[in-house]
Amino acid sequence: MQSTEKILQVKDLTINFNTYAGTVKAIRDVSFDLHKGETLAIVGESGSGKTVTTRSIMGLNASNAKVVKGSLMFHDKDILKMNDKELQSMRGAEIAEIFQDPMTSLDPTMKIGRQIAEPLMIHKGMKRDKAMKQALEMMKLVGITDAENRINDYPHQFSGGMRQRIVIAIALINYPEIIIADEPTTALDVTIQAQILRLMKELQDKISTSIIFITHDLGVVAGMADRVAVMYAGKIVEYGTVDEIFYDPKHPYTWGLLNSMPTLDTADDSLPSIPGTPPDLLDPPTGDAFAPRNEYAMKIDTQQEPPFFKVSDTHYAATWLLHPDAPAVTPPAQIVERQKKYKKMQQALADEAKQPVKEEEEL
Amino acid sequence: MVDYENGKKVLEVSHLKQYFNVGKSDEVRAVDDISFDIYEGETFGLVGESGSGKTTIGRAIIHLYQPTSGSIKFNGEEIIGLKDRQKMQKFRRDMQMIFQDPYASLNPRMKVKDIVAEGIDINHLAKDDDDRSKRVEDLLETVGLNKDHSSRYPHEFSGGQRQRIGIARALALEPNFIIADEPISALDVSIQAQVVNLLKDLQRERKLTYLFIAHDLSMVKYISDRIGVMHYGKMLEIADADEIYAHPLHDYTKSLISAVPVPDPEYERTRQQLDYDAKLEHDDKERKMVEISPRHWVRASEDEIPMYQKRAQAESLVKD
Repeated sequence: MQSTEKILQVKDLTINFNTYAGTVKAIRDVSFDLHKGETLAIVGESGSGKTVTTRSIMGLNASNAKVVKGSLMFHDKDILKMNDKELQSMRGAEIAEIFQDPMTSLDPTMKIGRQIAEPLMIHKGMKRDKAMKQALEMMKLVGITDAENRINDYPHQFSGGMRQRIVIAIALINYPEIIIADEPTTALDVTIQAQILRLMKELQDKISTSIIFITHDLGVVAGMADRVAVMYAGKIVEYGTVDEIFYDPKHPYTWGLLNSMPTLDTADDSLPSIPGTPPDLLDPPTGDAFAPRNEYAMKIDTQQEPPFFKVSDTHYAATWLLHPDAPAVTPPAQIVERQKKYKKMQQALADEAKQPVKEEEEL
Repeated sequence: MVDYENGKKVLEVSHLKQYFNVGKSDEVRAVDDISFDIYEGETFGLVGESGSGKTTIGRAIIHLYQPTSGSIKFNGEEIIGLKDRQKMQKFRRDMQMIFQDPYASLNPRMKVKDIVAEGIDINHLAKDDDDRSKRVEDLLETVGLNKDHSSRYPHEFSGGQRQRIGIARALALEPNFIIADEPISALDVSIQAQVVNLLKDLQRERKLTYLFIAHDLSMVKYISDRIGVMHYGKMLEIADADEIYAHPLHDYTKSLISAVPVPDPEYERTRQQLDYDAKLEHDDKERKMVEISPRHWVRASEDEIPMYQKRAQAESLVKD
């Protein structure tokens, strides 16, 4: 499903917010690529800059946001340089968003069929009848039961899960190249969440769209993402393929995140937590922003911000622990377990790769 | 470890029914004939989807609703229809609640010290102002906050810190039973672990008993000794936390557990999600809680019991 074609390239994006209290350095030097057909998950706590990043891709940041530097290349156009008209024709057509809260992201006074058809009428100039017909098809596609009879219902007549399906239908109706899903299932129950995630994957396969998936739930990331970027205090601190992040994480913050989620087999007496709270972005600390909460912090972490160190072609992490001169540390036990599992998996893959060669020799 | 043989039952809920709009066309049976006990020092987890009635149970227990019928005994004393003023006051002191939303549950116009001391003031527990400040400072330190925080307002705190303030308020009257209604679902992952660990430490130090209401199943398993699974106002299964996850018997519990996302890509790729058909519950058969294996209860009709027994047997074979 994936290709190496980059449809979105974010480079050195730095955004400040001017507030009464001072300048909030919301995101700093954020860079990532989005490939065609892939799902990129952005993980981080509230205030880490996930939403600011995606809002700027949609051109939706608040008026006190100031882009200090960086570029946002969508194919060969820079979104940051687009005027309002260009942004409007892109939004909802080429890039669409699924919002977090299905209770507030629909217009309560508008019938849902009309809401789903609206992007077609606006972006493609489609006639109402035709647009409504397509809306009906889309409702069936996202699994709204009895769609013919429900097309003229209002949002309040639907359950949370069904409303999120409607939100997804609106996002998909123009077959956008990129879908930004900002915590799309956080407001839903686990069983409904599982249905919605399954639906999103199926639809992605059907229309080969790329998804930027924002969440703080690492369980959801494990099931949805091809690649993962971990954000902390406005910066990406580690990115890699989903396997690399979950089985061979290098940044102590990623370790902490993975550790503080109890899996169904976590023992009863020891849930490691990350001490402290995220830094104040009005005045980010010098050096590594995570240092005060990091038990592996070294002296250099408080003085100089770590650059990205390469782990593999797809895996980078910004921590001084990867510097050749850094002392070797042992990650928490749970992470060591994950790394062991990863080695086994890679071994199994390598064995598998060897097997056909042998057969050829026999032939 | 909780002593289930000889331990004291702090809370005994039996045949609790909480209906709304009784007799009208839109009657809602939010809680329908539910029974369970909570032992001293135990954490009882209550899980279920939104609308399953778990919050209603918590509110009925703490006397925010008048139950339609049934009985709730707290420390051996019936609390439904409790009239005696002194007993009521004691009950309100012994049982406290921690709320879901740390933003909505703290009065934005009150200083932290006044929020925490509200119960102390109402019950006239402090001898003088110094005693009051000292109590507040001790409480803030207990929950990992700083005593300098006491003269600030809630908006100056992060979500995790606010939830700590909520916990300090709940502890102020030295209760022995705390109802925690989704206390961590509004918090970030790294902060969730902090708050859960705090609750566990407090339980150990102060011999607290918890009713922990949540929909995050992995966190519930971690904190709870026993878990009850609710669906549409009915309790479907009760068992030890490990047991219910390792060997769920009811189809709904199975589907609920299969839907939990696990932070392991390999597991997620091979995950089989089980769907549950709620129609099975609506066949008008009479069902009640049956103890299938020791301390493992399932809501079953007479003719379903052998099926569950077989399931439990098959599971125990897997165990060995």
